[in-house]
Amino acid sequence: MATTTPPPTSDPTSDRADDAPEPSRSATSAADHADRRTDEPSTAQEDGIPLSDLEPRQEGRVRRWVISGLLLLGLVLMAGPFVWMVLSSFKTQAEITSLVPTMLPDDPTLQNYVDLFRRLDFLQYFWNSTLIAGLVTIGNIVFTSAAGYALAKIRFRGRRVVFGIVLATLMVPTSVTLVPLYILMSKLSLLNTYAGVILPLVAGPFGVFLMRQFMLQLPDELIEAAQVDGASHLRIFSRIAMPLMAGPAAVLGIFTFLGTWNAFLWPLIVLTDQDKYTLPIALALSAIGENSTDYGLLMAGSVAIITPVVVVFLFFQRRFTESIAMTGIK
Amino acid sequence: MSATTETSTRPPRRRLSNTARNTIAGWGFSLPYLLVFLVFMAGPIFAALWFSFTDFELVNLVAPFSAPWAGFDNYVQAVQDPEVRKAAWNTAVFVVVGVPLSVFAGLMAAVLIENGISRLQSVFRVGYYLPVITSIIAIAVIWRFMLNPDIGLVNRTLALVGIDGPSWLNDPSTALPSIIVMAIWRNLGQSMIIFLAGLKGVPGVLYEASRVDGATFWQRFRWITLPQLRPVTLFALVITSIGYLQVFEEPFVMTQGGPLDSTVTIAMVIYEQGFNFFHLGYASAIAYMLFLFIAVLAFVQFKVLGQDD
Repeated sequence: MATTTPPPTSDPTSDRADDAPEPSRSATSAADHADRRTDEPSTAQEDGIPLSDLEPRQEGRVRRWVISGLLLLGLVLMAGPFVWMVLSSFKTQAEITSLVPTMLPDDPTLQNYVDLFRRLDFLQYFWNSTLIAGLVTIGNIVFTSAAGYALAKIRFRGRRVVFGIVLATLMVPTSVTLVPLYILMSKLSLLNTYAGVILPLVAGPFGVFLMRQFMLQLPDELIEAAQVDGASHLRIFSRIAMPLMAGPAAVLGIFTFLGTWNAFLWPLIVLTDQDKYTLPIALALSAIGENSTDYGLLMAGSVAIITPVVVVFLFFQRRFTESIAMTGIK
Repeated sequence: MSATTETSTRPPRRRLSNTARNTIAGWGFSLPYLLVFLVFMAGPIFAALWFSFTDFELVNLVAPFSAPWAGFDNYVQAVQDPEVRKAAWNTAVFVVVGVPLSVFAGLMAAVLIENGISRLQSVFRVGYYLPVITSIIAIAVIWRFMLNPDIGLVNRTLALVGIDGPSWLNDPSTALPSIIVMAIWRNLGQSMIIFLAGLKGVPGVLYEASRVDGATFWQRFRWITLPQLRPVTLFALVITSIGYLQVFEEPFVMTQGGPLDSTVTIAMVIYEQGFNFFHLGYASAIAYMLFLFIAVLAFVQFKVLGQDD
């Protein structure tokens, strides 16, 4: 497994054939596929454009190394700042602002993280963020899966209209609804409440679209067979469709969670009491305001915001690419 | 699957008796989404249009539809407002410079990752996507520190080669370019992941055929990969344009629009007019002009790039 360039004798087409997107592919096999490891040569060949096979072996391998070297430089630019941020969060303020920059902390300290709890009401913000992102995520999984099931598997009058609405609203810019939403929330007395933040986000068109695309893969025969056995759509949806859609639902859940966890503008407008702030709002107002030069504290806070997101993403990163391919954007 | 294919040989089910049941089920299942759409999207879109023709201020929150009618006053005022003009210019620069560079960088990253050492693919994919899934405020903390004129990494590095770096975010001539670079850095992963998905859809047969014809690496990229990626490129361009036209977070957390309005954007003016000054009618008018502009631009992009599809 150490060599990465596929042997030139292997036939790339035979490997690629089973990777070609097939609409008939079942949802479970898609999930299996998503979990397959990348570092096996055979998988690599399926995933990549097998350009190197077209050249003499040596040349192809050299090219792969050169390309990877370039990518590594890029990686330093893209991920380097994060590494440096994590390291800096363990430095003293004096070391961070010293004119002789250090990479590793000279005198590692947890003081910045202690300050996070003492000077900011960190646990409260963390809980607010978790609650809001969690409820929005659950809402989207339940509501948009239901709509996606209806659009993919129930032939009903008005189906085209509903799907048209979904497509049309996929690209509606948030800035146009911002002011009227604020006025609406004011009339409903939902300003400065969690519900005010959550309700407009609880069933987005993206989720409906994504779940519909996945639900289309469910064999019609499966649903018809269940109907012959007397099962209602509600029963088919909850007992047959959703269990098969666990993978796609997880993808949707993660997308939604990340988006809501990082949401900035809408919570900033709705939430006015400090003890209702989400983590990004609390840290932003802190960074712009009184603590703007307390770099250690801000670095520690940033690490705390990013960590849950990165952990979740690392677990599911294969499925992100898969799911975008599956929605058929091409 | 073999069991289910057997059932497909059954005669078609009686459609008539099912029609009503399906209609109820279909609308019932769609209801939660439709309610959210009607109350929080369709309603507000029409309300925004109405409010944009009124002098809606904070006091009118009590009875929103009794705000005094203002005709086209808000629109006329917006077109003449120097801050709106400045913001429109900055937003245009952001889009014209930022969108092509972000999408191109994403395309390059995706193509290189697919052709690099396969064992490292997921490392690069995660690393390049990391800024996309990171809260803007964490990014601002890092970048504000990196761009700090005295102790920031950028100017320290420049000092090593004897260059006295500018005060990036405090100088009106460098503030906007700095934020655009940051936005490209933050968003290229979004395009990358779209292109990675697109690359999987390119039929291997095409590369096979080109092998028979003895095409070079570059020829294959130019004449197979790029044309095959055109629909995906369109998608990436539209998504990125819509995002950049509404750019708010980056300048808000980095400079709050300053110095001297050099980084103020249309979305920031909407926020400021609406939620700092509570000129909600005026903010609605600016938002509606942005909305129309976005719709037109998306339409044009589909027309120009989507001809063959």
